[in-house]
Amino acid sequence: MDSAPLPRPGAASRAPFGRRRCEVASNRDSGGYRVVSLVDREGPEPEPGQFYMLAAATGWGARDGRAFLPRAISVAETMPAAGGGIRLDFLLDAVGPGTGRLCDLEAGEGVWIVGPLGNAFASPREVAPGAAGAVLVGGGVGVAPLALQRKRFAERGIAHRVLLGFRDRAHTGGLDLFCGSSGALCPEVRLATEDGSQGVQGRVTDLLLPILAGDDAASGVIYTCGPPAMLEAIRALCAEHGVSCELALESPMACGFGACFGCAVPKPGGGFLRLCIDGPVLRGDAVEEVSHAYA
Amino acid sequence: MPELCGIELATPVINASGTYDAIAARQAFGDALLEDFPFAAFVSKTITPEPRAGNPPRRIWETPAGMINSIGLPNKGLEGFLAEDLPRLAELPVPLIVSVMATTREDFARCIERVARRREVAAIELNISCPNVHSGLIVGENPSETEALLDALRPLTEKPLIVKLTPNTADPASVAAGAERGGADAVSLINTLKGTAIDPVTGAPALGNGYGGLSGPAVRPVALEQLRSVRARVELPIVGMGGISSGADAAEFLALGAAVVAVGTESFRDPRAGSRIATELESSLLSERSAEPVLDLD
Repeated sequence: MDSAPLPRPGAASRAPFGRRRCEVASNRDSGGYRVVSLVDREGPEPEPGQFYMLAAATGWGARDGRAFLPRAISVAETMPAAGGGIRLDFLLDAVGPGTGRLCDLEAGEGVWIVGPLGNAFASPREVAPGAAGAVLVGGGVGVAPLALQRKRFAERGIAHRVLLGFRDRAHTGGLDLFCGSSGALCPEVRLATEDGSQGVQGRVTDLLLPILAGDDAASGVIYTCGPPAMLEAIRALCAEHGVSCELALESPMACGFGACFGCAVPKPGGGFLRLCIDGPVLRGDAVEEVSHAYA
Repeated sequence: MPELCGIELATPVINASGTYDAIAARQAFGDALLEDFPFAAFVSKTITPEPRAGNPPRRIWETPAGMINSIGLPNKGLEGFLAEDLPRLAELPVPLIVSVMATTREDFARCIERVARRREVAAIELNISCPNVHSGLIVGENPSETEALLDALRPLTEKPLIVKLTPNTADPASVAAGAERGGADAVSLINTLKGTAIDPVTGAPALGNGYGGLSGPAVRPVALEQLRSVRARVELPIVGMGGISSGADAAEFLALGAAVVAVGTESFRDPRAGSRIATELESSLLSERSAEPVLDLD
């Protein structure tokens, strides 16, 4: 629990103080997940990797007294909103009473938000001086922050590749955030599905391994977000190959601004960091082992 | 103007210890936090003689209208707090109350002496009730232990000593009476109620430490009854808390004789809950009707 500074990923936008009520602009299907768009008239543009605490303004707590706490959700896409402010897109999978209620939101409903919170992905050159490009590696609902990071890379002309892992063709939620809704795969995105029904059969790490083993691997930085087992595999592979990586982690979180101390993630050498204020983006070497125990 | 042990407060709403890290909140929200600080006094997270890392994850678990936490008092320890945190907390625009816990009277005394001599500190809260750490229960469950602890600490400072009572005992009012006999200036209640949950996926206890403390609106009726019973027993001013989410909730505690109220878990849902509740309280009908504390509800 020493307070020694950790390697700090990129600069982040600062949240206005307090929660504010936003309106749902739309809620659409995305390969089995939902993309819920909110209009934020007050907050700044978030940076990729940052998250918001979200709670429906009505019907929160309607399922046996749950959901009670807001849910920490990474922002997947932003754009100017009609009438001012910004539109924030969140990729959601209904896994419990909180995400379930958020997935049911309809246009015009209210949502309490706090954010943008946490830090952001750093640029490849901030992670590794001399880095020539990046590889974004995502799995499941964790592809969300990578979609926004990918957009920034495209805007800034940073060379990048995208590797995404999904269960099967019917479960490719968030893919359209990278490739548009037409479903046509854009050239720099490669897919792996467990059953091979789309892209390569296997795991996303099967796509990453040849890149890590390549001669120019060290010139790239890996950015990843997804299920804990995937993150741990990627963290370990990057460490083994001497390639820098940044991981966007998830953890149970009551508040998102350092108050609850719930989102403890073990630090190498002992003690814990608070993922909400020390993360959610961590350098690979700032993580001992990504585990289901805290994810 | 509301006051607590002679400390003037702009509103009767403060925070519950361990539910707001003003230093982290300033990192998240910037100096806007200071311009509209949500509480009339700030109560620090509990500090202990030595640094603590806190409990292993998982640390929090959502429950119906509440949550169970098993945080384990992570803190920098007495010296780390005094050197690093206290100067930054002193920048807050409100009086500072420092929460202290130790497992021996000697350690408690050392903490009180070191903390009380700092002019930034307006009052000290004695945590004898945190249910997450094994040693915390012993004193707070026992009236004579509590009295003996106060006997030892009272001579060490003239600053107000607020005793945070545990609800995890059969007769909190007797413990409050022990604190009063020992010379406490106020009591605060309730701390979290012991609770456990099973993770439906693993079938094992959900929290890394096996159990934790329940907070949120689910505990409010328990808090109100404990407040009523303590109010009936002691003359000390009382800081009332337990699931306060609105001005109307706060008004219930004031109606039962709390001098001020504290907001805890609701701040997780609304970082400015303290300000909101104070504003709602001002316009609350109940608080107007109950200008005089209600003592005889039996």
